[in-house]
Amino acid sequence: MADDTAQLLLFGVVIVILTPLLGRYMARVYAGERNYLTPVVAPIEKIIWQICAIDSRAEQHWSRYAFSVLAVNIVCVLIFYAILRLQYYLPLNPRSVMGLEPSASFATAVSFITGTNWQAYAGEADLSFFSQMVGCTAQNFLAAATAMSVGIAVMRGLTQSRAKTLGNFHVDFIRTILYILLPGSFIFALIFVFQGVPQTLSNFSTVVTVEGGEQVLAHGPVASQVAVKMFSTSGGGFFNANGAHPFSNPTPLTNFLQAVLILAIPAALTYTFGTMAGDVRQGWALFSAMAFLFVIGLAVVYAAEGGGNTLLNRLPIDQTTGNMEGKETRFGTAGSALWAVTATATATGAVNSMLESYTPMGGMVPLLNVQLNEAIFGGVGSGFYSLLFYIVLATFIAGLMVGRSPVYLGKKIEVREIKLAVLTPLIVPIGMLLLPALALQISEAASAMYNKGPHGLTEILVAYASAVATNGASFAGFDASQPFHLNAQALAMMVGRFSFIIAALAIAGSLGAKRSVTTTVGGVPTHTPLFVILMISIIFIFGAMSFFPALALGPLAEHFEMLAGQTF
Amino acid sequence: MLKELRLAVSLVLLMTVLTGLAYPLTVTGLAQLIFPSAANGSLIYGGDGEPIGSALIAQNFTGPQYFHPRPSAVSYNAQISGGSNEAPSSRQLIDKITERTEAARASLGERRIPIGMVTASGSGLDPHISPAAAYAQAARIAGLRNMAEGDLWAVINAHIEGRTFSILGEPRINVLQLNLALDALPKRDGAVE
Repeated sequence: MADDTAQLLLFGVVIVILTPLLGRYMARVYAGERNYLTPVVAPIEKIIWQICAIDSRAEQHWSRYAFSVLAVNIVCVLIFYAILRLQYYLPLNPRSVMGLEPSASFATAVSFITGTNWQAYAGEADLSFFSQMVGCTAQNFLAAATAMSVGIAVMRGLTQSRAKTLGNFHVDFIRTILYILLPGSFIFALIFVFQGVPQTLSNFSTVVTVEGGEQVLAHGPVASQVAVKMFSTSGGGFFNANGAHPFSNPTPLTNFLQAVLILAIPAALTYTFGTMAGDVRQGWALFSAMAFLFVIGLAVVYAAEGGGNTLLNRLPIDQTTGNMEGKETRFGTAGSALWAVTATATATGAVNSMLESYTPMGGMVPLLNVQLNEAIFGGVGSGFYSLLFYIVLATFIAGLMVGRSPVYLGKKIEVREIKLAVLTPLIVPIGMLLLPALALQISEAASAMYNKGPHGLTEILVAYASAVATNGASFAGFDASQPFHLNAQALAMMVGRFSFIIAALAIAGSLGAKRSVTTTVGGVPTHTPLFVILMISIIFIFGAMSFFPALALGPLAEHFEMLAGQTF
Repeated sequence: MLKELRLAVSLVLLMTVLTGLAYPLTVTGLAQLIFPSAANGSLIYGGDGEPIGSALIAQNFTGPQYFHPRPSAVSYNAQISGGSNEAPSSRQLIDKITERTEAARASLGERRIPIGMVTASGSGLDPHISPAAAYAQAARIAGLRNMAEGDLWAVINAHIEGRTFSILGEPRINVLQLNLALDALPKRDGAVE
């Protein structure tokens, strides 16, 4: 217990220290200022500009920026789709894996491009090394670079005055990869190999075990993918068991470092925002609101999992180590709870333990984290532009409360911004609740649920929440390979990703073009604890209003049935 | 429009080569050079120089003279991986755990069984058991190997990996390495082969 608390506290301390360091660095990178890596990276950057004929000084209007985002992402989908279909004929396929089916290829391509990384396949069995590297690993970089560029463009809109443009997407995109994602992933990939994560292009090893059986050990270029899937909050693993696999996450140290990698950029971007706004308190205010919700969620999951499974209390079993079904010995309940919350809050969706086998309360928090649509830190970049919708709503409501026109960072929030911001309370519940409701009416689609009773409903709620929020977390018993789910989820992921990107850029463009007004006397300042509490309340009220009925039928019903000794 | 698309194609291709080929291949080269054992799966070799397993991957032990790993939802098949995906409220799960508990008590005596011994891990390949799970199996194994139980406890204790920096993770024992250590001890009279 004391050790567990120390482990979780250390995580908090590391994140709080890392946030200003990485946040300041990223602010310099995106402003094009000189930084530690400039001497090495700037020449490479120039070469790429030349090859692609990019005019690095050409600033883009928000609509142009959005168009460039879409163009790059369409190309990404097509390339990844082709790789998955053709992997049998491509190199680095020592086991002669066949190409994926068209619908599975399309769903997987969309899933990676949107940063969801839903695994409707088993990585070690269904993908060649080429697909893992040139497909999955590369797409983790490209999807994250898209989201971070949009996040930064939105920050520019909020912090500029009377500017018609939001920067240049291509320049931001290249900088994200060269200055941030590549160096970080490279260093951590090597640390992970040192800890035992394989990195090889040789075919699987076959061994004869001590008792004389044959065991084939799946491995490959794992470390390079694990590092970037965490740092980019993508989450798609090399293995079916994702971060629970000892080759993906071999030690308590890798477990801790991978959790830090997940939260590093989403947390630090709040500081980057504060720096760009010329007032780091603005960044810390957002950080505090999200950290508060994060800590509450972590406490609930840790307590629920540490308490074990109530249905086993009548058996002669020692449950002092908590609910261990689906968990690894080396992580225990604290190391597992840390991942469950970190990966679902940030749109990563990686797992180091099977969420499906969590207690109802321990599983409800990850579900709610996903349903809040990246409100708690969120994915790299996408977390910030998703938060924008909540910021606009919170500012609007604060304005109504004090009877002043709502102002955020000197920008008047007006009809156009409010209309666009309503997208979150509209699209999120429609996708997350109506699509599963529809699926339940189709008997084939409903049969994808693995567990019976209220837990089955939780499975399908997680699946669609995960798709709309482009998170990728899953209750893995759910069979997402059925055509209805492949198509509905691909649709949900595309709408969930690109509608918010376009709307966020539109809000940013509209705000950026406005003149900053000096904060009016009597308005609500947005760097104070009062605003932090308001943000927390808005996020919580939105989540509770939209999802409480569904949660009552799923995890809450399961919890109370279990207390009554009921099994399904 | 066309210019924008041409730019997008060249940019994506270039960045794909950089992040999907140059990056993983450089990491592979360095990893193979600096950490060759870890980079190739932390294989453990037997007396004849042939690999007998990986230090990181569970393999099945059924012989009563060996420590047994945790139950596996994928039958210790290291080409696939995964957990049981059973809900905590699943009747199937509770029945399975009840069954495993009864079997464990039949072989280990009337005692409380550590939860890790009767639940499937997340990966199905968990190479570790908790110290409590090792102690629970000690009496059976000491008897079959004709060892004093105290001696066996000493071997177990020597194989406990503590928390990293005293706070990260859980204390644990690598089953394969512990069993190999037992097999390496001098043979005793009356011990089961």
